[in-house]
Amino acid sequence: MAAQKRTTSGVFVVLAILGIAFVTLPLAGLIQRTPWSRAADVLTSDSSLTALRLSIVVATSAAVLSLVLGFPMAWALSRSSFPGRRVFRALVILPLVMPPVVGGVALLAVFGRRGFLGAPLYDVLGVQLTFTTPAAVLAAAFVSFPLAVLVIEAGLRSLDARLEEAAASLGGSRWYVLRRVTLPMLAPQIAAALVLCWARALGEFGATITFAGNLQGRTQTLPLAVFERLQTDPDGAIALSLLLVALSLAVIVGLRERFLPAP
Amino acid sequence: MSLVVDVEARRGDFTVVAAFEAAAGETVALLGPNGAGKSTLVATLAGIDPPVGGRVVLDRGTLDDVAAGRHVPPERRPVGVVFQDRLLFPHLSAVENVAFPLRAVGVARREARRRAADLLAHLGLAERAGARPADLSGGEAQRVALARALIREPRLLLLDEPLAALDVRARTQVRALVRRELIGFAGVRLIVTHDPVEAMSLADRMVLVEDGRVTQIGTPGEVRAAPRTPYAAELVGMNLFTGRLERLEAGAGRLVTSDGDVVVAWPPGIGGALEPVIGLLRPADVSLHVRPPEGASARNVLTGSVTSVSVEGERARVRIDASPPLVAEVTLGSVERLGIREGARLWASFKAVEVRVQAI
Repeated sequence: MAAQKRTTSGVFVVLAILGIAFVTLPLAGLIQRTPWSRAADVLTSDSSLTALRLSIVVATSAAVLSLVLGFPMAWALSRSSFPGRRVFRALVILPLVMPPVVGGVALLAVFGRRGFLGAPLYDVLGVQLTFTTPAAVLAAAFVSFPLAVLVIEAGLRSLDARLEEAAASLGGSRWYVLRRVTLPMLAPQIAAALVLCWARALGEFGATITFAGNLQGRTQTLPLAVFERLQTDPDGAIALSLLLVALSLAVIVGLRERFLPAP
Repeated sequence: MSLVVDVEARRGDFTVVAAFEAAAGETVALLGPNGAGKSTLVATLAGIDPPVGGRVVLDRGTLDDVAAGRHVPPERRPVGVVFQDRLLFPHLSAVENVAFPLRAVGVARREARRRAADLLAHLGLAERAGARPADLSGGEAQRVALARALIREPRLLLLDEPLAALDVRARTQVRALVRRELIGFAGVRLIVTHDPVEAMSLADRMVLVEDGRVTQIGTPGEVRAAPRTPYAAELVGMNLFTGRLERLEAGAGRLVTSDGDVVVAWPPGIGGALEPVIGLLRPADVSLHVRPPEGASARNVLTGSVTSVSVEGERARVRIDASPPLVAEVTLGSVERLGIREGARLWASFKAVEVRVQAI
């Protein structure tokens, strides 16, 4: 019995070590291959700075857009029951599990020059969405907003609805209760949703390159820049990758135990 | 100055019909088991859930009148509510909690905070004004909740289960606090509770609510002397039998309940059979035996097994699932001597004259 138990835990220890190696080795490889002498030049080059600036603009806009679109959805999902609620919920989560490139194709089908919204938009207003920064924002928001819905919905469900009732009976109008009670009590979830959406949007590749294209200064975000450089300048691609790793680490530090479930 | 309630309220598919009055300076307890409809009435009186029928009138102002299409929204009702579990806003400090009702109706921040701080100081909480609810003791939180209910100078103060959330030690302290609060408030005072001790110790009058209906209204003394329903009898610790009274022999009758009969002394002034009547029996008048008693004068001998034994001081209340079910009160010595425990078979006896019969 005891010997068997020891064998089992031995196997687990080996697998755990393999798991750690699986995560850390690529990172170590990245650091080992980094051309430190050139890294500063690559990172401060015009194209890199442009991509970094664009990435931050796109990720931040997408996170805000996700929150604005996601909050009412989370509200509807947690506070009301309507026919087809479960189907609706499944649809909302779909972009999270769908291959991003499919999301890009889908967006193209709707907002592209010949899409059923894109065509009238172009014909009537002369507005073309594809290959613009707003398209990159839209692509990033499409894949990240389910995270906002999930996090906010969980937050709304854990909120004691009696507090809102009490606030109403103490004289708060609906708007006042939302502003002074509901939103402040949801602050941790709203912050978590923003950070998670931001991180997801920052890394978005498939939907962006499909729907928005790869235009420097307009739609070429950091992941796209890494992909492009890898074909001509692998060392430069590694330096840019390291920058993305640093940004991801910053997100984890930002989330900490406050938003992520403690072990 | 008074509150007149005559409403039909609905929450989900549960309907509550209630009619009662309360005068200013009087404490009225709405007492009933959980799920009886008390919270629904609170929501209606607070204005959260408009009634589906009837009226609520406070002083000379009509708060609800369904027939006339009148409903005063919560923020314009002179009603202060101390909610069950108090429901202080966890992200606001004590003084911000108290200022909330003022801010909600547009009082300027500085003015609202000043008035809130004054009221907290008046309640002896000046130095706790900046504390978050999580850092307040049970008694302090209770006073903050009271201040929040009083800040807009209501004419009806509604306390919903003020002691339910507290542990036994805090409860004694807060009960004294609640009593002082109630006495100090000049308007109509309404306390909602499922705890008979709370109701009897705090209220001038009790309104018993069961299953969405008012079943009895009276002073604690009146309810104690003449409970009208099994629940009320249970509250005051009495046995109660309801059913039909039939003539048995000269001077005696039989009270036929849905679960067994009881022999009773024939009540004076009643001619023939009568329905419905209630018979009240004090648990202390029930004798317990381990064998069928022989040669006893008691006309009622029932048997059953013990379903529970609860100890109160030197006495124990023993429940027996006889037909009808009985509660007997005996000394702890008897419990030991007779070997009374759950599941034990016992015989219970009591005299016909000890059952007090009245028409209802």
